[in-house]
Amino acid sequence: MKATMNRFMASALLTLSLMPSAFAQNLLISNASVHTMTDAGILMNTDVLITDGKIQRIGQNLPVDADVPHIDAAGAPLTPAFFAGVTVSGLSEVEAVKEAVDSEYSELFTQLLHPEFDVRTAYNPLSSVIPITRIEGFGYTLLAATRGDRSVSGLGGLVRFDGGFDSFEGKPVLFVELTGHAASSVGGSRAVHWMLLRQAFDDLDEENDDLMSPIGRKTLELVKDKGLFVFHVNRAADIVQTLKFAKRHDLKAVIHGGREAWMVAEQLASARVPVIINALDNLPADFDSLGARLDNAALLDAAGVTVMFSSGETHNARKVRQVAGNAVANGLDHSAALRALTATPAKVFGGNGRTVERGAQADLVLWSGDPLDVTSLATQVIIGGKADPMKSRQTLLRDRYLPTNSDLPRAYIKP
Amino acid sequence: MRRYLTGIACIAAGWSVSIASTYAEPFPSTYQALASEPTLISNATILTGDGTRLDQASLFLADGKIQWVGSGEIPDDVRRIDAAGRWVTPGIIDVHSHLGVYPSPDVRAHSDGNEATAPVTAEVWAEHSIWPQDAGFTRALAGGITTLQILPGSANLFGGRGVTLKNLPATTYQAMKFPNAPHGLKMACGENPKRVYGSRNKAPSTRMGNVAAYRSAWIKAQKYRDDWAAYEASDKEDKKAPERNLELETLAGALAGDIIVHMHCYRADEMMTILDMADEFGYRVGTFHHGVEAYKIADELAEKGVCGALWADWWGFKMEAYDGIQENIALVDRPEGSCSIVHSDSDEGIQRLNQEAAKAMARGNAVGLDIPPERAIRWITENAAKSLGIADQTGVLKPGLMADVVIWNQNPFSVYAQAEQVYLDGALVYDRHDPALQPKTDFELGQLMEVTP
Repeated sequence: MKATMNRFMASALLTLSLMPSAFAQNLLISNASVHTMTDAGILMNTDVLITDGKIQRIGQNLPVDADVPHIDAAGAPLTPAFFAGVTVSGLSEVEAVKEAVDSEYSELFTQLLHPEFDVRTAYNPLSSVIPITRIEGFGYTLLAATRGDRSVSGLGGLVRFDGGFDSFEGKPVLFVELTGHAASSVGGSRAVHWMLLRQAFDDLDEENDDLMSPIGRKTLELVKDKGLFVFHVNRAADIVQTLKFAKRHDLKAVIHGGREAWMVAEQLASARVPVIINALDNLPADFDSLGARLDNAALLDAAGVTVMFSSGETHNARKVRQVAGNAVANGLDHSAALRALTATPAKVFGGNGRTVERGAQADLVLWSGDPLDVTSLATQVIIGGKADPMKSRQTLLRDRYLPTNSDLPRAYIKP
Repeated sequence: MRRYLTGIACIAAGWSVSIASTYAEPFPSTYQALASEPTLISNATILTGDGTRLDQASLFLADGKIQWVGSGEIPDDVRRIDAAGRWVTPGIIDVHSHLGVYPSPDVRAHSDGNEATAPVTAEVWAEHSIWPQDAGFTRALAGGITTLQILPGSANLFGGRGVTLKNLPATTYQAMKFPNAPHGLKMACGENPKRVYGSRNKAPSTRMGNVAAYRSAWIKAQKYRDDWAAYEASDKEDKKAPERNLELETLAGALAGDIIVHMHCYRADEMMTILDMADEFGYRVGTFHHGVEAYKIADELAEKGVCGALWADWWGFKMEAYDGIQENIALVDRPEGSCSIVHSDSDEGIQRLNQEAAKAMARGNAVGLDIPPERAIRWITENAAKSLGIADQTGVLKPGLMADVVIWNQNPFSVYAQAEQVYLDGALVYDRHDPALQPKTDFELGQLMEVTP
């Protein structure tokens, strides 16, 4: 099931992409197994015609002019570009190099809460992490503010891996930390988090500048009205508190972490609160996670909870595909796992639909085999209707050292 | 992402011959294989671990050993397992784990993997930090891990001795200790030691400081070795034995080749510096661990006979991991005489080393290196056993070796593969379909009692 791309057509594509947009930019993908992520299910031996970055037609043997660039999928699976999970892509070039990391704040001796700390203002689409992740079949991520030393980590949202400086989409998302680990940096107890958060919401109409600045209050109000709150919690008891809090303050909540979510699956389902998990979490990693188990995703899905995945990684965010595959190995339906990596996050957080249907944005991936298996690879990523060159800093390093011999030092090999 | 301080290791019993003759081996293994019955596994796809694949084949285990692979005599009254559709491999070996020394739950009270109080702590032994109730051991068993090396972390230049365990749940580490396996000596290059000590305004604070401190330690170890050799060669009558020194005892053991050197090192240039240093002092580096840039010096590693214990896809968590590529393992595997290994350094990764190997295999194949499963399995079996100095005992399915065996429900190079049964010295110690053969640690017993799964 190898997807092949005509070399001539590939260069034709690159030429086209430089032409003025007065010309319609077309791309035909023929003979794919199209995973639509809609009620249409999987369409075998199907062609997808893309025009100006959108899917224009889907069908068998689509009549297309001979000069339209064309990728023969040879039966390979075609999916929407995947969701890379909750990451700090473009906010962290090297995790241990502090000056190259912008995902969190600490020691800001002003108000207690800073909902207005918006990591999107620090986002760098030119980070090497973006193409490294994209060529593995990923089209977007939930850009997160991560745990600093306060209850509210900050504001983020979906970002599309198209290299744009401003490619944010969807709703504003506020990240809140409530694990036992977070408690150690705020007041010594997770009850302090709840105390501060309750004050924040109860005081929204009062001008308590010790707690939040005016812009902080405005941000909190905006997220309350139009956005979502992602609560990082693992313990069942903390998840229940989150549900109560969300109900009391009329918030749209999402659980992130959720290692013990299966224990309160019914409550999550009836509150319609989605959960983002790492399906590899099965150790009693701390006292918040004694109930961690590999079939968490399967149990949640069976109870009617919306499940999504995150690997907890940024540089290796591509691992989320393996995470989903393991969820399937442990009982989750394969199509549910694929939805969790494509359309579901878009549905929850807004933005482009991440389906393969007429009118949808053409962020697509051709795979060498089952997209959830570890031996399958993305053979061609298409973003905005354009075939990605499938190069990253890592493929260039690989291609520099792949030849067994080199007359000149490797520094002269510039793939 | 607890990776900054976790770290490597390679030889035998860690007890240099001259000194060992004076003292009995301390903390000896009390491992005993569980009772087993002769077992015939038939109709399986067998990857023997040394590059061979057998289809529709049989394997016979008895008396704790592999009796034969392929065909042989079948006594009466053997347990018969029809493994049609299933795959059989040697027990999986992880050469780099911190289970027990950085156990679950991850609490400060159990954080015992780095004696980060001085850059040279060759005197400490990881086994003295192991908490056998770490649930990670049982999870690893469910992933087919039968043997694992527990190493100190990489805060120090010389982190201490590593120990190789058989993955049998036990109350003491001695009952897990792999009989007659050499100790490892964990050493570390690069960022970690210089950061840990540099940040305290102590040496080393630079890479050159790292190398100066290694060399100074080796010089002392050579003298210690020579003093003991002189004493042993003398008539001893009116001579006083040199005073024992635990730090130098370990280093002298490494110089003698009784303790295998496991070197945490990321950058290609630093690995070459270390190899030159090993030549200077006349010792061997057994395995470079992590070696994110090992692909840049794959030929040199193979020439020197040094293993590379590597990750499939980790990169970018620190500067010395910036050049990681997913073809690293396959490229290190490429030269003749290579010893490429997939290691975990992770309580999650150790549960699915087969998947990590599968990813590395797929990347190799995508660039035309043509690596079939029977070759890739060596990265987590035979080569790993070589790295730990136990290749004469386990790591390959061949007559006379320990009957450490995994039966997989399908090709193990798939995300959907699961270990169905795990045998340790011929005894069935894990069965996915039999709750009675799924061990649970003391720590987990009685937790969340009110919850019904």
